[in-house]
Amino acid sequence: MEKIFARSKGLTDVAFSFCPGCTHGTIMRLIAEVLEELEIIEDTIGISPVGCAGFCQNFFSCDFIGAPHGRAQAVGIGVKRALPDRTVFTYQGDGDIAAIGTQHAIHAAARGEKITSIMVNNAIYGMTGGQMAPTTIEGMKTSTSPYGRDNILDGAPMDFPKVIANLEGAVYVASVSVDSPKNIKKAKEAIKKAFKVQQAGLGFALVSVLSTCPTNWGMTPVDSLNWLRENMMPIYEMGELKVTEEVEAL
Amino acid sequence: MEKVLMKGNEIIGEAAIRSGCKLFFGYPITPSTEVVEYLSKHLPPKGGTVLQAEDEIGAINMCYGAACTGSRVLTASSSPGVSLKQEGISYSAAVELPMVIVNVNRCGPGLGGLGPAQSDYFQSVKGGGHGDYRLIVLAPSTAQELYDFTMQGFDLADQYRNPVLILTDGFLGQTMEPVVLKERPEPPKVDRSWVVDGAKGREKRILASYSLTNEIGEDNNLRWEKKYKNIQEKEQQWEEFHTEDAEYLLVSYGTTGRICKSTVLNARKKGIKLGLIRPITLWPYPEKAFIPYKDKVKGIVTVELNTGQMIEDVKLAVECKMPVHLYRRQGGMLPNEHEILDYVEDIFSLTAVEEV
Amino acid sequence: MMDRVILAGFGGQGVMFLGKVLAYAGMGADLELCWIPSYGPEMRGGTANCSVILSDEEIYSHVIDYADAAIVLNKPAYDKFAPKIKPGGVLVVNSSLAKLDKVREDITIIQIPATDIANEIGNSSIANMVCLGALLPTMKLVDLQKIEKAMNELTGKKRPQLLETNLNAINRGMEFIQE
Repeated sequence: MEKIFARSKGLTDVAFSFCPGCTHGTIMRLIAEVLEELEIIEDTIGISPVGCAGFCQNFFSCDFIGAPHGRAQAVGIGVKRALPDRTVFTYQGDGDIAAIGTQHAIHAAARGEKITSIMVNNAIYGMTGGQMAPTTIEGMKTSTSPYGRDNILDGAPMDFPKVIANLEGAVYVASVSVDSPKNIKKAKEAIKKAFKVQQAGLGFALVSVLSTCPTNWGMTPVDSLNWLRENMMPIYEMGELKVTEEVEAL
Repeated sequence: MEKVLMKGNEIIGEAAIRSGCKLFFGYPITPSTEVVEYLSKHLPPKGGTVLQAEDEIGAINMCYGAACTGSRVLTASSSPGVSLKQEGISYSAAVELPMVIVNVNRCGPGLGGLGPAQSDYFQSVKGGGHGDYRLIVLAPSTAQELYDFTMQGFDLADQYRNPVLILTDGFLGQTMEPVVLKERPEPPKVDRSWVVDGAKGREKRILASYSLTNEIGEDNNLRWEKKYKNIQEKEQQWEEFHTEDAEYLLVSYGTTGRICKSTVLNARKKGIKLGLIRPITLWPYPEKAFIPYKDKVKGIVTVELNTGQMIEDVKLAVECKMPVHLYRRQGGMLPNEHEILDYVEDIFSLTAVEEV
Repeated sequence: MMDRVILAGFGGQGVMFLGKVLAYAGMGADLELCWIPSYGPEMRGGTANCSVILSDEEIYSHVIDYADAAIVLNKPAYDKFAPKIKPGGVLVVNSSLAKLDKVREDITIIQIPATDIANEIGNSSIANMVCLGALLPTMKLVDLQKIEKAMNELTGKKRPQLLETNLNAINRGMEFIQE
């Protein structure tokens, strides 16, 4: 019998430990496939954050460093500056990259650091049990916004990829989703491009992936995918937000 | 060997280059800025990298990343900046990363002033950040020692897989003194089988400090504790100055350590048998230095630029067997050798000795 | 033997350079030495001062409570540092910019119109060197020869003309003392 689908070599044998319906697993698989297809598993050092995304260090088959909360890009830059010929990527949640680690993300982009960052945006702090994130949308109830996010008090949710896209050193910025097979395919293309940008030494690349958190959203997996489509996709600009000419030519 | 006249802060940079340090991540802050300035000029032409980070937090985490690859890496800052680095230092201690951190101590708390201070003693030797860890802390008192201890710092960091802190101050940092540019000592043979540099032809490696269970957590703590005990056993360093027949001892490190030498000489001219123990490693604290004097010396004065921090370690080292007093200046002020002697004479009622 | 010297004036009067000349003279003579700037948040303007300790044995304390000598290039520097000279010490005052009313009796005060002399030579910025010339004969551990060597190292290679001007200024200072 022909084998038409196999676990990516970019992943270890460790089984994903995420809640049912969580899309972290999908996103990690896409990255793993890209590492395998680009034949860079053995040349890659991943940086894991704090939060649910942090478990990724056990799932990828490349070398990994666990960073303090929000510092993944700074850590990754330290690695890349020490070993410029290696591939370095960070895998971070929205709270990690867009709240506590904002300064590192902005300056990594401003300096055009040759690393790839994957931001997983599920509009909530997952691991700590569902608190408000900078990406929590208006009216959304979390344990620290029990009456719903109040844009007057808490500000409007931050469309972080758009912030990064403004900076010259960020040469590729995309916002994708893994809510449907079609979008998963698009997401993989974006992730692959973000790694190719690094291989070509063009500058900083960020891919934001909209993700679900059924547990903390209090929904079934299917409902959470619908909720993501209906509530998140309209407020977060989707698609390729920035593609410089050099990246276009890749 | 080449002898040069350089500012203390610049000497740190030169020593780092000659130690094979290829990476510096930092953020400017007075009075440490000459370190990053010197390296910005002199490290890149030698193939190294100097990156001015967005902030101190970024800088220390870049050091963390670079150290994970097994590269020699340095950062330098001053007190408020070193406070910002504490989280990253804690993580670096947990992952057991060799790196050298320089703190050009300025006075505090808060923004404080630029003058010399030893107010970061507790922060330096008792952990500083969260969790139960130790840094190896070296306290130079001359430009030559800034050079020597920076070199030694890299080797100790590699040997024990532990961050090393050089605790200095702006007075040493700004003063120019002649320095002999000694050859780099033979670097220690170190195991590099832990570094993360891409899993080519080997199992993947993870460098992280999260302990999934309390059992794993305790195992980690026990492992670190064992390492710290080993360092405490092997690496205590200090200098003794006229201690053999001393009836009274000064204990002081860094800038005040050298001022105290002048005090000792002046005291001896007056017939007062004063000696000095100058700690070189602040952690591990040189407890062994006090053993011969525990039952011999009548009293001790620690001379510090703070409200009395090291004095606690001195009292522990002598098991409170004799009176231990404190003479201190603060806020960037330095004592001169005479006021220290006045205090010694006063506190031990030694004025009569002069007339003997 | 030890020379502990304070150098002070306005920023821009070459106070730090003066200190460096003394320090390099010490280096050339293989002496122990410290060059200590007063440092602060202001980069320019205000009073600048530095100290130099030269010694033929190890320097322990490098905190100067009382100096053996000082060069003060203006009145504020005089007011600040005249009390910092130990009895029997030497104070060189640039009298072009510091008119003194009451002076200490227990130290030697050399009043030299250094800025006027510098202007005569045609370079107002070398009053510092004129004062150095006036101090030099009383220093224990450095002499003109050592200063020349240091000066040559500091400016000689890049700006030989400046070297000549500086040495000329020092000589004028020394001549003033002899007169």
